[in-house]
Amino acid sequence: MGKTIAEKILSLASGKDVYAGDIIVASVDAAMAHDGTALLTIEAFNEMGGRGLWNPSRVALVIDHVAPSATESFSRVHRVMREFARKYGATLYDAGSGICHQLMVESGLVYPGALVVGADSHTCTYGALGAFATGIGSTEMAAVFMSGKLWFKVPETIRIEVNGFLQSMVLPKDVILKIIGMIGADGATYKAVEFCGPTVKAMSMDGRLTLCNMAVEMGAKTGIIEADGKTIEYLSGLGVKEGLSFRSDEDAVFSSKISLDVSGLEPQISCPHKVDNVRSVREVEGKEIDQVFLGSCTNGRLEDLRIAAEILRGKSIKKGVRMIVTPSSRSIYLQALKEGLIEIFMRAGCIVCNPGCGPCAGAHQGILAPGEVCLSTSNRNFKGRMGSVDAEIYLASPATAAASAIEGKITDPRRLLRK
Amino acid sequence: MHYDRIVGRVWKFGDDINTDLIIAGKYKLSITNLDELSRHAMEALIPNFAEKVKRGDLIVAGRNFGCGSSREQAPLVLKHLGIGAVIAESFARIFYRNAINIGLPAVECKETNRVSNGDTLEVNLVDGYIKNLTKNEVYSVKPIPPALLEVLASGGLVNYVKKYGRLPW
Ligand code: SF4
Repeated sequence: MGKTIAEKILSLASGKDVYAGDIIVASVDAAMAHDGTALLTIEAFNEMGGRGLWNPSRVALVIDHVAPSATESFSRVHRVMREFARKYGATLYDAGSGICHQLMVESGLVYPGALVVGADSHTCTYGALGAFATGIGSTEMAAVFMSGKLWFKVPETIRIEVNGFLQSMVLPKDVILKIIGMIGADGATYKAVEFCGPTVKAMSMDGRLTLCNMAVEMGAKTGIIEADGKTIEYLSGLGVKEGLSFRSDEDAVFSSKISLDVSGLEPQISCPHKVDNVRSVREVEGKEIDQVFLGSCTNGRLEDLRIAAEILRGKSIKKGVRMIVTPSSRSIYLQALKEGLIEIFMRAGCIVCNPGCGPCAGAHQGILAPGEVCLSTSNRNFKGRMGSVDAEIYLASPATAAASAIEGKITDPRRLLRK
Repeated sequence: MHYDRIVGRVWKFGDDINTDLIIAGKYKLSITNLDELSRHAMEALIPNFAEKVKRGDLIVAGRNFGCGSSREQAPLVLKHLGIGAVIAESFARIFYRNAINIGLPAVECKETNRVSNGDTLEVNLVDGYIKNLTKNEVYSVKPIPPALLEVLASGGLVNYVKKYGRLPW
């Protein structure tokens, strides 16, 4: 019987021939926890009598959620993480390095065919490299730290084929928002979502990472994209040679197959307070905004910064609106600096923050007041996520974010093309 | 804890109760003390929930309970407030794993729509049913896999390891 990519990777990792529905114990290739989850992991590790890491070179701890620390209690969390990493030899990415998911991708710990777990729900991002990557909890992460093993239920796979050329100013973010609107917030619960088709093939790695990042917003265990020449080239640029590129067999069993033509797709937007509340930007155009956030593990990569800078070049953001720009990692920040993007943002009146999660998790760097409206390129618009429970969050692409910042209200970025 | 009989009064919630509603990121990322953190549980849905809830109360919800972040603080604050079990039509997967791993019963039941706020339920995890003592009805539940039930019965993964001196896998 044929297998999906997910079944192949989990077969490799468990040393058995496994299919959807099987409950297995598998060896993981890499593990990550960040400052929002690592404290509980370290406490559980100590309580369970952990004496060492199963493989220190495969364990990453990242300080990104409140980086640099905004409160004394978090300064203490960071200290515990630094000490743990030093004591057991794990790799520590300290404040300013970037967002955990981007760093994992850049670190070389993720490669095609790898099984990766992270104590964060957006760990599913790395499926863009042909890995099987999924989010787990803090306590079970402690068990992974100790043993390198974890139980999994092999997921069924929904295969989503995307066809058609995207119009100018329509981005991978618009594609994934459209898909989430179609499938719903729990439409893929426990399942893997495999993205394929010519549109996905044509996307850069940055775009593919955006797609897989939001798989969990449909409840999925992971997003996954077959590794191809682009993946290998991208990884060899990072000095990564490992990996086994899998593809789903023709006769593999999928829980469903969906095909989508995006040729006529308009810019999409997810409206408060649920990610699957998706409409076209046109339908909500004109809604006044107070804050724009360009960044996060969804859309803080170079391609995202480039398109936003292209729109903002020589322009200013609307008076009364704040736009916060947070590159996803130090290397992205440096490249943006080199390309002059940071200067464009600064001249336009943006606030450029250090790499990290920034305001995405509502911890610092742009917390919303009651009644405020934020347009964000991140992945969640839950009530209260970025501050007050009486604030509103809209999710859209970097192009929509930049265009809306200029106008001070939600704006279809194609409008600026016509001007 | 007795898994054959969890009895409690119901707090009823709807679909897609996400982890930010259970415990907002702004608190999770500024408060590390569980006592303090728990005071903000569910507050966006029910102001002062932490003061109103009694030990042994149950949470009953619709689909996709616990969607969103992987934060283990979500089931932790509920357990800390004494919630006896969370019963939902379906769970987001990380929340489900976390709940079991910290020893909070998470029970899947397709008939939660028949339960009202304030009902008293008796949950039986071993035989796999829920009795609604207020309405005199019985609902079936999806059984928790035996390996997980053992983790749950030990009071979570950490206690399991303390008890048996090894991981369950
Ligand atoms: S950027 Fe936002 S979604 Fe991504 S890891 Fe950070 S807090 Fe989570």
